[in-house]
Amino acid sequence: MNTIAVDTVHSEPRTFLCREEAHPHNGTLLGFWLYLMSDCFIFAALFACNAVLGTSYAGGPSAHDVFDLPGLAVNTALLLVSSVTFGFAMLEMARQRKRAVLGWLAVSGLLAACFVALEIHEFVTMIAEGAGPGRSAFLSSFFTLVGTHGLHVTVGVLWLIVLMVQLGKHGFTEANRRRLLCLSMFWHFLDLVWVGVFSYVYLVGVLR
Amino acid sequence: MSHPSQSALEHGTSHHGSHDAEHANHGNLRSYLTGFVLASILTIIPFWLVMGHVIHGTQATVLIVLGLAAVQIVVHMIYFLHLDTKSENGWNMLAFIFTIVLVVIVLGASVWVMYNENANMMPMSPQYMNHKQGS
Repeated sequence: MNTIAVDTVHSEPRTFLCREEAHPHNGTLLGFWLYLMSDCFIFAALFACNAVLGTSYAGGPSAHDVFDLPGLAVNTALLLVSSVTFGFAMLEMARQRKRAVLGWLAVSGLLAACFVALEIHEFVTMIAEGAGPGRSAFLSSFFTLVGTHGLHVTVGVLWLIVLMVQLGKHGFTEANRRRLLCLSMFWHFLDLVWVGVFSYVYLVGVLR
Repeated sequence: MSHPSQSALEHGTSHHGSHDAEHANHGNLRSYLTGFVLASILTIIPFWLVMGHVIHGTQATVLIVLGLAAVQIVVHMIYFLHLDTKSENGWNMLAFIFTIVLVVIVLGASVWVMYNENANMMPMSPQYMNHKQGS
């Protein structure tokens, strides 16, 4: 009450209107959304490569030979659950509960780390079997697309760890809230791209 | 330090704006759970179709898998990314529509052009023909 009274004394209605039109808090979020949309183009180009080169096996292993669908199902589940737990962290952030936010963030980070670990294991197994990225155009496009996605998830996990430290140290400052909202968009976006990866690259790849 | 006055400012002055932002960015428990259930169903069906060889026609299976993926992407957009026409005064949606248009052009044109190139250009090279017949 006190502060509101002080505010009304100091600031005129005009200043207040300017503030609302400028939307200073939302600028970063819109900018980050635009970044995600540009990231979409990167993935679209890589998906197009995979669509064009997906059957160019060069006499090497086909999608049917190299893809492990039960493993893919586990990976997909990990990423989907991690997306939901990150959503729970955002809900706890709205209630200003730091411990719960850190807990859900840790769960999301662990699930995504498991996803990356399984993907690296898949890549290593494939390369050991002679189905490395240099074997055929199909495998080049596969490793580029899935590797780019995996790299994004890895960076997301690193970003998450940094933000958990920041949150633990400084609490729900405006900057930390904004950063967490950006990471939340990044996290859900990567899960969305993964829908395209498992549906098109893996499932349709096995079929064609 | 200035937290109380900041929150008073947010609630007192830009109430409408901050409420919009909260709604746009956080969603609620029900929206996440709805999204999770829908996404799970939309994930399990294509896996089941492909792993269980449920449908005999490959073409039909491909179309259903791609259709379900498109639906799942919309589900993720609505329930996880909370995309609507109101957030950021509609700029989020506008940027998204612009992206979709370009992505469709990139994907569609690449597949179309390369398909035609494969279909029309390859037999032009006698060497390739010989190689193909030989292998």
